[in-house]
Amino acid sequence: MENGNSTPAKAEVLLSIQGLSKRFDDTLAVDNVSLDIHKGEIFALLGGSGSGKSTLLRMLAGFEAPNAGRVLLDGEDVTAMPPYLRPTNMMFQSYALFPHMTVEQNIAMGLKQDKLPKNEIRNRVEAMLTLVKMESFAKRKPQQLSGGQQQRVALARSLAKQPKLLLLDEPMGALDKKLRTEMQLELVEILEQVGATCLMVTHDQEEAMTMASRIAIMAQGRIAQVGSPVDIYESPNSRMTAEFIGSVNIFEASIREDESDSITLESAALDAPVFIDRGVSTPAESTATLVALRPEKVYLSSEKPAGDTNWSRGTVDNIAYLGDISCYYVKLASGQRVQATMANVERRGERPTWGDTVYVSWEASSPILLWN
Amino acid sequence: MVKSPRFSFSKVMLVLGLLFLYLPMVVLIVYSFNASRLVSVWAGFSTHWYGELFRDQQILSAVWMSLKIAFYSASMAVCLGTLCAFVMTRFKRLRGRTLLSSMISAPLVMPEVITGLSLLLLFVQMAQTIGWPADRGMATIWIAHTTFCSAYVAVVVSARLREVDRTVEEAAMDLGCTPLKTFFVITLPVIAPALVSGWLLAFTLSLDDLVIASFVSGPGATTLPMVVFSSVRLGVSPKINALATLIILTVSLIAFIAWYLMRRGEEKRKRS
Repeated sequence: MENGNSTPAKAEVLLSIQGLSKRFDDTLAVDNVSLDIHKGEIFALLGGSGSGKSTLLRMLAGFEAPNAGRVLLDGEDVTAMPPYLRPTNMMFQSYALFPHMTVEQNIAMGLKQDKLPKNEIRNRVEAMLTLVKMESFAKRKPQQLSGGQQQRVALARSLAKQPKLLLLDEPMGALDKKLRTEMQLELVEILEQVGATCLMVTHDQEEAMTMASRIAIMAQGRIAQVGSPVDIYESPNSRMTAEFIGSVNIFEASIREDESDSITLESAALDAPVFIDRGVSTPAESTATLVALRPEKVYLSSEKPAGDTNWSRGTVDNIAYLGDISCYYVKLASGQRVQATMANVERRGERPTWGDTVYVSWEASSPILLWN
Repeated sequence: MVKSPRFSFSKVMLVLGLLFLYLPMVVLIVYSFNASRLVSVWAGFSTHWYGELFRDQQILSAVWMSLKIAFYSASMAVCLGTLCAFVMTRFKRLRGRTLLSSMISAPLVMPEVITGLSLLLLFVQMAQTIGWPADRGMATIWIAHTTFCSAYVAVVVSARLREVDRTVEEAAMDLGCTPLKTFFVITLPVIAPALVSGWLLAFTLSLDDLVIASFVSGPGATTLPMVVFSSVRLGVSPKINALATLIILTVSLIAFIAWYLMRRGEEKRKRS
């Protein structure tokens, strides 16, 4: 769990979730979750459907009451506070714009509840419309807007009250792929501009990695790992996180030599031993482990690599040409398939083809050891 | 395209069906302009009976009474029916919710005679024990109509409420509206069309009701259907034909206006 090495050490904690649990009938949707969100960061809760991430978000907004645990916002216990009193605002996946109100009225809704003076409301609504570049649509009704425009209005509405914490529920869920990538960067820009602290829920790892400074991976109601996108990708702490984010090759292996600054392992699936040039703290009771290798860190060559570690021989089983990269599936003598990706830097270079005998190899720094 | 024959089966059936539906009304309208006192003998065109109708205080006061009762019952039924619908659709974990919703829809299938009789017995009992209602009249008809109209409104409104996007209400609460305010500012405007159609349905049902009104009314209050029914038993007066013609005219006019407004709204939506 301890993997926050890239976050600033003295970051101020804005939201503190302490042992939060939620039970629906017989299923534990959120199971004893503890998290700290720092002021000014964009934090992503990443998980598949049914992982409990949405329930957690709804508890933070006040729509669901937790069965156990506490939520502290800026030091104040808000666990039992109803949603209309909480200093958080949420942008809903469906945007949930009020269909009978214009864009202006939608944005002004929250400000009116605060009983702000009329001209103040007008100024803030205008500022919000400018922020999301929707000035010319102020008098339109939501159903007269496109999906992307509706999203901008929903964002403006949730930012208008200047919430301490902004909650985003699958912010790009209803947009098509192309618009999504555009909006991801724009959303981050807007959030940085207003300096909002933001907690987003998503099932899209690309979205989480693009937008968030820290990510928590959720599975079966629990937090599996918290860390920066680099931490999560390069140092997954379990087979589940490694497989959830990106693709990975996993080999069963056992430890042969365990030195303080290196480790050598043997795997029945590979022809040569695996050598890792860094010390790894290993549990004493067992020598069995898993070696994980990201496909882009696996090299392909037709000649046998120099050295007697970190390689294996196989035949090309399948090739997926994706334009920017090609994805090779190499079948090893042991029957296991290894995935290797190659950037297509030459237009039509000499490449291994189906049925060729090839060698897969990797740097001594690339393999990751997983214990479960 | 194949040219259809002049008298195809479906065309004939269409004409027959329309005749079946509208011929009685046409006959009624034609005879309302009959000069003769006898309904079945044509004696030339005259608007004599319309004049008679407007001089008949009994019918006019019955029309006014019916409209008043229909207005009050419909308004009351919309309030109660909406409350019921809200409870039925929103309080999923309420104990006895199934019982409540089946009891609310029971008046829809209950024979009117039974509803009327039971309400009459209730009012008599109440008059004996608590002294109210001292005599039956407009108030008792109003209560009786409200009970069964509420059931219709509850069905219409709950159908709409079930389709309302809950997240819109949550968004309002998230922005600082209390649940009560959310109901009035968000939910009510969204379900307004259902409230209007529920009100109109209740109004029509109340205006139309003869059986229940006959049971629970007293000497002081006579609704239009009661007047029509009792006068018909004494022989159909052409006055009633005139009245019926006016009612048909009003109803068709309202239906036409409603259709026109709806079409205009549709076109507006398509344009945007």
